[in-house]
Amino acid sequence: MKPITPKPSPRRFHQASWDEPVIFELSQPGQRGVLLPPVETGIEQEVGNPAQVLPDTLRRTVPPALPEMSQIHVMRHYARISQENLGVDLNIDIGQGTCTMKYSPKINDQLARTPKLTELHPLQDDSTVQGILEVMHRLEGMLTEISGMDRFSLQPGAGSAAIYANICMIRAYHASRGESKQRDEVITTIFSHPSNAAAAKVAGYKVITLYPDADGYPDFEALKAAVSERTAALLITNPEDTGIFNPRIEEFVKIVHANGGLCSYDQANANGILGITRAREAGFDVCQFNLHKTFSTPHGSGGPGAGASGVTEKLIPFLPVPTTEFDGQKYYLDYNHPQSIGKVRPFYGVTPNILRAYAWIMSLGADGLREVAEIAVLNNNYLMKKVLEIRGASAPYAKGKRRIEQVRYSWEQLTQETGVHSEEIEIRVTDFGMHYWTSHHPFVVPEPMTLEPTESYSRADLDEYVTMLKQISAEAYTNPEIIKTAPHNSTVHHTHHEPFDNPDEWAVTWRAYRRKTGQKKV
Amino acid sequence: MEHKRLGLIVNPIAGIGGRVGLKGSDGLGIQQRARTLGAVPLAGERAASALELLLPLSANIELLVPPNEMGETVARRCGYDPQVILTSGLLNKTLTPFPSPSGKGEGGEETTPEDTRRAAQAMREAGVDLILFAGGDGTARDIYTAIGNNFPVLGIPAGVKIHSAVYTITPRNAGELAAEFLQGKRVCLQEAEVLDLDEDAYRQGQIVTRLYGYLKIPYRREVVQNQKVPTPASAAVQAQAIATDVVEKMKPDIAYILGPGTTTRTVAERLGLPKTLVGVDIITHNELLAADVGERQILEMLERRPLGLIITPTGGQGFLFGRGNQQISPEVIRRVRDENILVICLASKIAALQGRPLLVDTGDPELDRLLAGYIQVVTGYHEKIFYRLMGGS
Repeated sequence: MKPITPKPSPRRFHQASWDEPVIFELSQPGQRGVLLPPVETGIEQEVGNPAQVLPDTLRRTVPPALPEMSQIHVMRHYARISQENLGVDLNIDIGQGTCTMKYSPKINDQLARTPKLTELHPLQDDSTVQGILEVMHRLEGMLTEISGMDRFSLQPGAGSAAIYANICMIRAYHASRGESKQRDEVITTIFSHPSNAAAAKVAGYKVITLYPDADGYPDFEALKAAVSERTAALLITNPEDTGIFNPRIEEFVKIVHANGGLCSYDQANANGILGITRAREAGFDVCQFNLHKTFSTPHGSGGPGAGASGVTEKLIPFLPVPTTEFDGQKYYLDYNHPQSIGKVRPFYGVTPNILRAYAWIMSLGADGLREVAEIAVLNNNYLMKKVLEIRGASAPYAKGKRRIEQVRYSWEQLTQETGVHSEEIEIRVTDFGMHYWTSHHPFVVPEPMTLEPTESYSRADLDEYVTMLKQISAEAYTNPEIIKTAPHNSTVHHTHHEPFDNPDEWAVTWRAYRRKTGQKKV
Repeated sequence: MEHKRLGLIVNPIAGIGGRVGLKGSDGLGIQQRARTLGAVPLAGERAASALELLLPLSANIELLVPPNEMGETVARRCGYDPQVILTSGLLNKTLTPFPSPSGKGEGGEETTPEDTRRAAQAMREAGVDLILFAGGDGTARDIYTAIGNNFPVLGIPAGVKIHSAVYTITPRNAGELAAEFLQGKRVCLQEAEVLDLDEDAYRQGQIVTRLYGYLKIPYRREVVQNQKVPTPASAAVQAQAIATDVVEKMKPDIAYILGPGTTTRTVAERLGLPKTLVGVDIITHNELLAADVGERQILEMLERRPLGLIITPTGGQGFLFGRGNQQISPEVIRRVRDENILVICLASKIAALQGRPLLVDTGDPELDRLLAGYIQVVTGYHEKIFYRLMGGS
């Protein structure tokens, strides 16, 4: 028998391409996935026609325009679509920097799928849901310990929603002191998540953005120029998306406090600082975690996200309602917070993710959390050393300094020498069954690439990713056409960004698509 | 250091159209109009700023210059004893004399692009180590036409339009870079773009930038000007957001000087007013008071009423004042109250600066110093940044 030929690196990937239509185009009038049995005579005699029993307001006069399909066609459609995808279970998913694409243990998904959780109704009496209330209460306690904050709300549906809850609480705080008119500005930084600026705008604030100084830190002198009696808050990420930890963060907080503003710590990038440093010690008044990043619940765009808003003592009155309380005997939901900002989401939060995050933290313990951060930082700095050995790659700012959990690299040199751009490499990467992300816009770092290897990936995984990047760099210098004409083995599309500004050129629903393409109204 | 030979070519009429609002100096008609509007040639002054920095090396530098205003005058004024080339070969015609900036009765020559080209060729044949030339985009084109892209040159910015990447940010930078190069500290040469606007199209409000070729320059990123970054189409939405913010901020009792640029044009569009794309207009909320004005008209308007200023930096260079908007002169800037100056800029243009500060080079170093510091820049609706502004010289 011949031995198996060793596999080359990078691997010879080829994506499935099913040329699959949109599901509405597959609809065949009259087809059904499930045929419901007729109502039994006894039941009909007892209650009449069930459809007639419903109140008028609940009854549709026109049936919904759903695709009409058999089960096998629905199954096949989605199975095919899933093969034209990548994700943390398929690829070495370290390329989606700032998103902390760690592996989420399947046991936690199994726990979240248990009927003991899925069959609960949010309007059940507290006495019948003591288990999940206890989980919520205990998770809140863990997050307060991890951050140093005094209380948390688990209600927000995502990280950005938690930032929004935080700015709403800050607004309520200033209003309670009669300063809401005066304080109409929020300060953030260009390397903080754009959600900070966006949430502040949605809450009605004017936004001031700080650009980096020569070392890549937010420009402290610009902060001094910007902060005033109009400042409501500083909303800042640390480490920022460059992976650089701002060592002067305490001074940033102090100068804002001195001007009467509050400070909100965006901890979306917390994976590298768990158990090492806390929002409280840096002086922050509020913070938020993205449970779907640091705490291993499914990521926002691929499953329901989940956020958690933490506050210090003086902001507790403004927390969303209800809070989860324990009176020594039983757990209960408490709506009695007259200064509360109200609800930021229906009910109590994304409960399956609250359970997943709780299970993940419990499986690791305090020492385990710190080890997560240490391995994430170690992986990142190993990766950085390897990437910086690749021709044309660099890590702008803070030369010679280590990064925390991610790095915003630059291909500027490669672009200058070969004419190949990062957005072209981004597409070429998919030919190897992998993925990477450039950066938020605008590209402050030229020709950017943001990688975050988290704690989940082995050294062999990181080496495979680097081998792939190295090959693409070599291609850029010897055969740039192969990059410029990519993808060759993948189904990813070239996206043109210009039409995004014009709503006539895009649609997010089938109904809108039909309307905007001049087809008859569905 | 080794003995070196340096060529210097001054395009004496470069930049003459800027202060009087003529958007360039190409063509004899424009140059004559500039003179009748009271323009003063400044290229010699700019060249002097660069030459002064080379004085410490003068013992080891042999300076080659064309006669009179094309180099000789400024070289002698700076204390050099230059070797004058082309003594009998200039094509210049004597026209109405320029008033000289120093008031000492110099000036008085008209030169043609052909003179620049012949001087550059003569210097290449004489085997100089580097040609310094003071001018604008048109001058860079002439140098390129004459000697192509395989000879070390460096531009001293003196023109109205500086789109070409062959110019340093300020004249002093050119002096520093030339000194380092001649001392062997900058052996690195790189090709840089020669870009120019079609001046006729430019005066009609269209920005048409053409790439004419490349010149080989000593290179250090922070000193040589970036090629201007065009505004991408998708930035139109950003510009509209900025315009909405600016219109909200405009005070009803103040008229505004509206600087050149596509971002400032959006403000006029928002108000339903016409805009001179590459010129300066004066507007109120509902009226175009004066279109395409020069410094003198702005000053006259200032005599009658208070004015505000809405201004955007130019392209990738990040010049707030001193490039392409010379109509907004030091005196104009001094007479507009700080709180009525609205600086606007697309975030993508700030990003393209890659951390370098915004610059001012008004020609008045004291004013440049006064303006320097952290300034507010509107980047969207209810969005602004505080960004560093530095004197360019």
